[in-house]
Amino acid sequence: MVPAGASAAAAVLAAGFASIRTTPVEGSERAPYCMMGVCFDCLAEIDGVANRQSCMIEVRPGMQINRQMRARVIGRPSPFPTPRSGGGVG
Amino acid sequence: MQLYDAIVIGGGLVGAAIAYGLARARLRVALLDEGDVAFRASRGNFGLVWVQSKGDGAPYYQRWTRRSADEWPTLAAELEAKTGIPVGHERSGGVHLCLSEAEFEARHALMERMRVQSGNFGFDYRMVDRHELADMLPGLGPAVSGASWTAYDGHANPLNLLHALHKGFVENGGRYLPNSTVTEAVAAPGNFCIRVADGELGAPKVVLAAGLGNADLAPHFGLSAPVKPLKGQILVTERAQHVLPMPITTIRQTVEGSIMLGDSQEDAGFDTNQGPAVMRTIARRAVLSFPWLRDLQIVRAWAALRVMPPDGLPIYDQSERFSGAFTANCHSGVTLAGAHANLFAPMVAEGALDPALERFSAGRFDVSAAA
Repeated sequence: MVPAGASAAAAVLAAGFASIRTTPVEGSERAPYCMMGVCFDCLAEIDGVANRQSCMIEVRPGMQINRQMRARVIGRPSPFPTPRSGGGVG
Repeated sequence: MQLYDAIVIGGGLVGAAIAYGLARARLRVALLDEGDVAFRASRGNFGLVWVQSKGDGAPYYQRWTRRSADEWPTLAAELEAKTGIPVGHERSGGVHLCLSEAEFEARHALMERMRVQSGNFGFDYRMVDRHELADMLPGLGPAVSGASWTAYDGHANPLNLLHALHKGFVENGGRYLPNSTVTEAVAAPGNFCIRVADGELGAPKVVLAAGLGNADLAPHFGLSAPVKPLKGQILVTERAQHVLPMPITTIRQTVEGSIMLGDSQEDAGFDTNQGPAVMRTIARRAVLSFPWLRDLQIVRAWAALRVMPPDGLPIYDQSERFSGAFTANCHSGVTLAGAHANLFAPMVAEGALDPALERFSAGRFDVSAAA
């Protein structure tokens, strides 16, 4: 249990997990570190979307937080909605 | 005054490769580097070891580039064995994507020109239509008409290359002097005295490899290096599983999984600011090439100044007035690292540049002299 407004990373640490992901190249274990969005060590799969910075996402009931195993698999959902216009980027 | 067999001014990819080759040849070499104030093109490039589009109208440049690409695997293996640093070189061929029929035809015409100009040296390429290309490149966008492909192209990790060249240089007995901007230089034939903050160095040979800094340095040594800055911007995605089997001119995936997006050129003087308009153009073209790129997050982006000679071709020269002074300038410091370490450095050690490099002399810019 964590207070309202806490990050997903904080929830993972508070639950006693020593590692939240494995690194892309060597598969080493990593845990959240800077807790402020600059180190990228807290990457987790959140609600089906890979490589989210869990320290930058507010935890809420029912949130699915899974370990990020190595690099992101391409083809899984994007955190951003697909533009309906269908034309390019930006 | 500290005496050396050769002084290399500039510790970027060009200077480090040449210094590495000289130290390997058992010369006592001092490598002078500026510091954080330097323009440092070596840290802002894309990492391609690229051959296919080099030297249209100048087949001698295509030949030099090919020779460098052929030296690359040997250099990479040697550096990794010596320093333990993996340079990440892959030579699985490369493609240039065409996003319209007009682009495809123009590219085909270019490739054909390269082939005709190459004469007996040869230039093998294939124009690949989108159906075959879609098998080669997963998730290829519908906007892609096709591509030009050659087996000559590849890519590497340029930061690891720079690190390995420096480490190999020192392990070969080279002396690296950082924060050593040249404050004064006195040149005489076969006798150069270079002053830096911490003292003086002397050598019978000097190599100017200071990138954009060469423009001001060269005249002191009876040389000319009229290079200008060219700004390039790059976007880098989060690390993803390996999807791209080969590099594309504007998109490459690193060994670690990051995908780099690039290929912009802006004539903006010495300004290194990023600009959203250019970043959008890069992103747009990348997503047209591979729509699945849209889903990846950009984790960092930067702008860097690269070195551009007036006609895009390298400038290699030796001073007539002050024998023993050489200069090396180029835009493709990654691609040409093989040539610089294994072909150019031995020429400097011998004391004279090979006649094959005469076409790269700065004398070509002096129209009145050529007339």
